[in-house]
Amino acid sequence: MMRKSRKESAAKLNQNGLTKRHLRFRVNGEVKEVATETNKTLLEVLREDLGLTGTKHGCELGECGTCTVLIDDEPVLSCLVLGVESEDADIVTVEGLMRDGRPHPLQRAFADLGATQCGYCIPGILLTSRALLDKNPHPTREQIREALAGNLCRCTGYTKILDAVELVVKGEVA
Amino acid sequence: MREKKFSVIGKPLRKVDALAKTTGDTRYADDLELSRMLYGKLLRSPLPHARIRGIKTDRAAKLKGVYAVITGTDLPERFGIMPSTQDEEALAGEKVRHVGDPVAAVAASSEAVAEESLKLIEVDYEPLKPILSIEEALACTEESERIHAWNRRANIQKAVSFEFGDVVQGFEQADQIFEDTFFFQGNAHLPMEQHCALAQYGPEDKLTIWSSTQTPHYLHRALSKVLKLPMSRIRVIAAPVGGGFGGKSDPFSHEMCASKLAMITGRPVKFTLTREETFYVHRGRHPVKMWIRTGVKNDGALQAMHFRSFLDGGGYSSYGLATVYYTGALQTVSYKLPAYKFEGVRVFTNKPPCGPKRGHGTPQPRFALEVHLDKIADKLGIDPIELRLKQLVEPDSITVNGLRVSTTGLRECIEKAAARAEWKKKFRQLPYGRGIGFAASAYISGAGLPIYWNGMPHSGVQIRLDRGGGITVFCGSTDIGQGSDSILAYVVAEEFGVDPADIRVVTADTDLTPVDLGSYSSRVTVMTGNAAIQACRKLKEMLVQVAGEALEVPVDDLEMAEGKVRSQSYPKRAISFAECVEKAETKFGTLGATGSYSPPKYPANYKGSGVGLTPAYSYSASIVELSCDPETAEIKVEKVWIAHDCGRAFNPLLVEGQSEGSVYMALGEALMEEQVFRKNGLHKFPSILDYKSPTTLETPQIETILIETNDPEGPYGAKEAGQGFLLPVIPAVANALFDAIGVRIDELPITPDKVLRALEGRLKPVSVPSFDFPPPIKWRPGEGVEVPQKS
Repeated sequence: MMRKSRKESAAKLNQNGLTKRHLRFRVNGEVKEVATETNKTLLEVLREDLGLTGTKHGCELGECGTCTVLIDDEPVLSCLVLGVESEDADIVTVEGLMRDGRPHPLQRAFADLGATQCGYCIPGILLTSRALLDKNPHPTREQIREALAGNLCRCTGYTKILDAVELVVKGEVA
Repeated sequence: MREKKFSVIGKPLRKVDALAKTTGDTRYADDLELSRMLYGKLLRSPLPHARIRGIKTDRAAKLKGVYAVITGTDLPERFGIMPSTQDEEALAGEKVRHVGDPVAAVAASSEAVAEESLKLIEVDYEPLKPILSIEEALACTEESERIHAWNRRANIQKAVSFEFGDVVQGFEQADQIFEDTFFFQGNAHLPMEQHCALAQYGPEDKLTIWSSTQTPHYLHRALSKVLKLPMSRIRVIAAPVGGGFGGKSDPFSHEMCASKLAMITGRPVKFTLTREETFYVHRGRHPVKMWIRTGVKNDGALQAMHFRSFLDGGGYSSYGLATVYYTGALQTVSYKLPAYKFEGVRVFTNKPPCGPKRGHGTPQPRFALEVHLDKIADKLGIDPIELRLKQLVEPDSITVNGLRVSTTGLRECIEKAAARAEWKKKFRQLPYGRGIGFAASAYISGAGLPIYWNGMPHSGVQIRLDRGGGITVFCGSTDIGQGSDSILAYVVAEEFGVDPADIRVVTADTDLTPVDLGSYSSRVTVMTGNAAIQACRKLKEMLVQVAGEALEVPVDDLEMAEGKVRSQSYPKRAISFAECVEKAETKFGTLGATGSYSPPKYPANYKGSGVGLTPAYSYSASIVELSCDPETAEIKVEKVWIAHDCGRAFNPLLVEGQSEGSVYMALGEALMEEQVFRKNGLHKFPSILDYKSPTTLETPQIETILIETNDPEGPYGAKEAGQGFLLPVIPAVANALFDAIGVRIDELPITPDKVLRALEGRLKPVSVPSFDFPPPIKWRPGEGVEVPQKS
């Protein structure tokens, strides 16, 4: 009896798309394992299963750049990637930008120059900026503009954001 | 105690929450999760206008994982932000009035189950003819065609009419009369954070709600009314808001439903709207058609103006009652105008309701006024800047419609912007395809009256001093990214001579913080700043008394600076702030104080004189330089200069940030953003991809020039610095385009197709409907009660 009813409930779970799968990846330098629904996006896995709510969502359609994280050093829209597709990947979220408990120069520059207003788009912008600087430590303002063109911000008019990234490029962060 | 130089005010400091916003530590509403939490979803109407014959929810309720389903009968009480136009329902009762109007709500174990259950709810609609434009609304005057039943004239939410000064005489004195029509298309706030609310109802019968709201106090009142719970049993916490711009200032259906479902299920319930839903919840910029007629002398001196506005309000009132007045009220505070007639009407249509967006009801008439003046200057052969400079409103004056202007830095704004932009060298001198345009504006530093009638303060601050020297500031104000938490820290740090980073700020929690009316109308710095100063000064009286006794220094000689209370004459005679607090607590007992702020009384007292009042007006001037490709009509804004009289910049970095954000938002509205609908009432662009807004690539260089006029009503002289910057940029773009290619586009947004049509002579002027406005309320300066200014 017992076994049968369990089977039934597993089938019901399947119907509701709730079957979980075991996933393993590296997040912010730590190996993480979760059991999660196969239809969850990486955004949802990060926020809901790992409690990493620093990654935000603005549309969940790949249009605004808010949910950007780094996968193997590349900026990726985590709302367009399934959690199961990220198996074994090396993921960096905004929580992973700090080094030895110290904010990353980008974080300090954004705070110092007033580049965060509501702050909601900032995690995605910081990660996109870091990916740019990792590849090209001395981008021009135009290259920074290009790199951030897919990250929308409604508060700042982008000016202080570009200024903050430039400050890091110049190595002038306090 | 002597006055000292500022140590905090005017410095480009970090915001108190800036680093947390870069590390992912800031917890927005949707980042909150409670144990046993359920997920809520709203079933929204697919039709723009329909009667609800019946709703069947039993199949949805039976779905595994669904804990409750509610409909209009569960929340019958109407609500709305304005007390006299409470026409919203948490869930539609008899009718739906726009696509997206909520009709049922569910709470379920997951968002997926909640969504699944919505498909099982059957709504029997009787479709009604939708009204989708201002003209249709004005034509549909039959009782049978009504969208709402409560308003006096079918589909007219509010019509107003005023006559200030002698308008007939003013037009008679004019040498020339000019007339124009304009249309400002509606657009959306598009905050990056979608609305979210999480409600919890405890076994002790108390409700707590965390919401992404700009106005927790008004939400508190609305929840009490709709849920029939005393306010004392409701706690509203505004989570850090991920972008507001006015769009999170109304009480919303999802907040009511989260609360009700939490009460029914006894479990926390969270609603997070999708991006598409935020477009349908809306409350954005009203589409407004405008007609303007102005009589001028040949030298450009304004003699009389007649202005009409027609607002497309959408399906509900929202802030519309105020908006319709705002389209007329501030036309008088920049330039001397001896006679002014204003008529405005807001209609209901079957589209998502419009409300307040940055500038609330004033960017539309400002666009009309400033382009109209540019045309007049052109026809009279006068430089448009000269035309304005010769008739600026004087400081310490009363406008023709009874608004009191205290300080104005508009002249300096205009002159500095013109100098930096090299206006004289460029205006009408740039090659074809490149142009420069100018406009100016004024805005309020907080509404002079609260939204509901009461005599209580608009803002309250409480300060607690800890034995260890710790300072905690409590205030109901709501940080939506503009930095209002930091403003409190700056004021208190300035007053006590301590580092703002050492102050704890507790805000926007109705259980903990004194009422502040909310983050709207650019009111927060002026009102909370004054309230905080008052609270600090009460405490300082006690602190300097004990310090004076301990140091044997007269109180007059004491100052608070660098974390100390010290003699100014002999700075070594000092005690630390913490020690001083300890002595004061020993002498006076537990240390705390409150401060509050109410705006001053106002000169005019005619009906409707409440809108446009403010403690102080900010002033702005903008110059835009752009290029327009005559073949493709693609417009590229090259540079924007913006000069703004902010009274005093509390923190120039934050003021510049507000400036840059406003300019960006203005360029979006001027050139691309539009909230428009199909014939079936569906939004044409309910996604970020389709709703075009500027990216890093379209945002030009922005040069901000701050002018400080030190207003007597503002804290340390500060005025508004959040919305006013947006106003002049939009008309300056239109005026620059004329300078570039010689065509006028009187209809926003200025898209390439309109420019091409204009170049080919095929762009028709904006048509304005006819409407029988009510007889005007007449008022002349000097009538009513004159109230002396506070100094």
